[in-house]
Amino acid sequence: MNIMIFLLVLLVLAALWAVMTSLLLRAAIALALTSIILTVLMFEMGAPLAAVFELSVCAGLISVVFISVISLTHRLPLKEYLDRRKNRIGRFWFLPVLLVIAGLAMFYFKQSFDMRLPAKILIADVRVVLWQLRRLDLFGQIIILLAGVFGVLILFGGSKKNGN
Amino acid sequence: MGIEMSQLFWIVLTFFILMLIEGFYCITMTYNLLRVLIGLEILIKAVTLFIIFAGYISGNMSLAQAVVITVIVIEVVVVVIATGIILGFFREYDSLNVRNARNMKG
Amino acid sequence: MTYLFIFVPFILLVILNLLPKRLRAAAFYSTLAMLAAQVVFSPFEFVKPAQMEVIFGFNLIINNLSVILLMISGLIAGVSLVAGWATLKDDDKKFNFISLILLSVIGLNGIAMVKDVFSLYVFIEATAVATFILISLNMDKPAFEGILKYLILSVVASTLMLTSIALLIISCGSLGFSDIRAFIYPSGGTIFSQAAVALFICGLLIKGGLVPFHGWVADAYTSAPASVSILLAGIITKASGVFTLIKFMTSTLCFTTSIMDMLLFVGALSIVFGALAALGQKDIKRILAYSSISQMGYIVIALGTGTPLGIFAALFHFINHAIFKSQLFVNAAAVEEQTGTRDMDKMGGLAQVMPVTGVTSAIASLSTAGIPPLAGFWSKLLIIISLWLSGNFAYAVIAVLASLLTLAYFLYFQRSIFFGKVPADLANVREADALLVSPAVLLSALTVGIGLAFPFILKLFMRQ
Repeated sequence: MNIMIFLLVLLVLAALWAVMTSLLLRAAIALALTSIILTVLMFEMGAPLAAVFELSVCAGLISVVFISVISLTHRLPLKEYLDRRKNRIGRFWFLPVLLVIAGLAMFYFKQSFDMRLPAKILIADVRVVLWQLRRLDLFGQIIILLAGVFGVLILFGGSKKNGN
Repeated sequence: MGIEMSQLFWIVLTFFILMLIEGFYCITMTYNLLRVLIGLEILIKAVTLFIIFAGYISGNMSLAQAVVITVIVIEVVVVVIATGIILGFFREYDSLNVRNARNMKG
Repeated sequence: MTYLFIFVPFILLVILNLLPKRLRAAAFYSTLAMLAAQVVFSPFEFVKPAQMEVIFGFNLIINNLSVILLMISGLIAGVSLVAGWATLKDDDKKFNFISLILLSVIGLNGIAMVKDVFSLYVFIEATAVATFILISLNMDKPAFEGILKYLILSVVASTLMLTSIALLIISCGSLGFSDIRAFIYPSGGTIFSQAAVALFICGLLIKGGLVPFHGWVADAYTSAPASVSILLAGIITKASGVFTLIKFMTSTLCFTTSIMDMLLFVGALSIVFGALAALGQKDIKRILAYSSISQMGYIVIALGTGTPLGIFAALFHFINHAIFKSQLFVNAAAVEEQTGTRDMDKMGGLAQVMPVTGVTSAIASLSTAGIPPLAGFWSKLLIIISLWLSGNFAYAVIAVLASLLTLAYFLYFQRSIFFGKVPADLANVREADALLVSPAVLLSALTVGIGLAFPFILKLFMRQ
């Protein structure tokens, strides 16, 4: 249980770094780092399949997409960029303070629940659940992926026509 | 066993709410569209954490993993489409400043 | 039979995309035929008892509620398809439009037929993703602004719904509707399940565009291309928002006092806010967007009473709203197409040059405001009666007063567009294309027909 609390603290700190950093590229890397810590946490809780999925997709694919978009939209001259950085701290300093206050408030008002957990389900394997019981969700995923393909064709195909 | 589960639940709930606060703060207080997307990503990761934890303490890990795998697929499609929209926005306005998008009053 | 509703559009989509370009003209007619078949064949499920099919391992069910959504979505998607064919100019865009309409129809049919909370969420997201791409089809400035607000609020709503699903895993252990109902109904459930239900309903209220989560509605409706606005306003927001609310609440029977109070309050707020905000608008589509928020408030407040009459009134108002709001957006598309502007200050006297549009728009406006004997009158009457009978007298009075406001802004809408003198620069305007006029006539005929036939429908319902 101690490992879990340690990993949870790391997770919140990595997300905090992603929000508060002033360079956009570092924010994307911080997001990937958050995914990696989440993956380790999921392994620790006993969800290996979902952990591998999260690692390959979120820490991999999404970071590639983010970094390519950042490089495509980088336009500011350097001086304006540095001015922007100074302005940031004025708005964002409140976040760690807010987090500490919220954390202490939750700790103070600790409730204990009467947790009537449901009976343990006998099907232990994810693969059985995903492929046998929840085929409709798989079909929904296929539809969403098709919609994503169309989106890419429409949204990114237009840029080629405009001579980008 | 019951007491420890309840304590663990409250701790994880605390961290979940902290991550939600970070995500919402990022979305509302930023001037750059890509950071809004990062804030949305943080929200979805927080919910993924909470779903896996729900599976952990109720013993129903197979259902929770199936849910999380589907949510990750949905998340990646939404991010790709949001990226396409941000690129379109950039082409029209030549900057990623969110204040350009506040033209229409909600 | 159930899985046909989600398989046939899917196979049609795959086939249409694999055809060579010369044969693509057939796409329009085949899609229209499929949607017409959906409208015609789904009532045949009405007479059989509710079927549960486990073919291919899909858990789908069709009951009376699903039939309503299947028919309405087929109808409105068909209308939107015809309108899109008339207003979109580029051939590539037309083809992409057809593919995306097929995808959203699959999503909507899925929402109508699922038995499980998480599958419901997956199909809501599928419809939302198809909608994002549809709104940005024209790729101009206002489209991107409108989409951003919708995207952000949609992900926030998804977060709420997924948190609710996690809490349900902890408390109920399974995500099927029947299991949740068995857990909640007799005993009231644990605090986890109550919080889960409340969070899920909040997520649905965001997706439906109720106050105080309405920020995205006006911008998304106005900035979408004309035919997409028809689809978005007529069916998609309503199906992912209030229809899912009705389906969820009747399947899980979660009518507790606090939830009903919240629904009554949110509904009343939406009615009043939508009506007041609509009074000051200059853009055709914005006034219709705020009117939509107001009508959604009516549906939610009827649902908040928790009585069978209230639920029936909410469903009936949902059907009527789909018909008359799509009708108004078709007219707005016709006006925008012929005059090239959406600003109401610049228009006037169009009833002389666009007679069919003027008449159909007048019928739809009167139906929204609740004038007898059109369909809108019956549904509003039922809502007010159900509010009165369940003891919420203040809310009933608010609903009646807001009806007067609705009449006021629709009179302003009609007067500034269709009556008066034609301004000089619009003197050459002709009646709109046949493709835009025929859906309007069809929908108006439905409004009048349902209104006149309603006493018979009510007798049928009472006998059950």
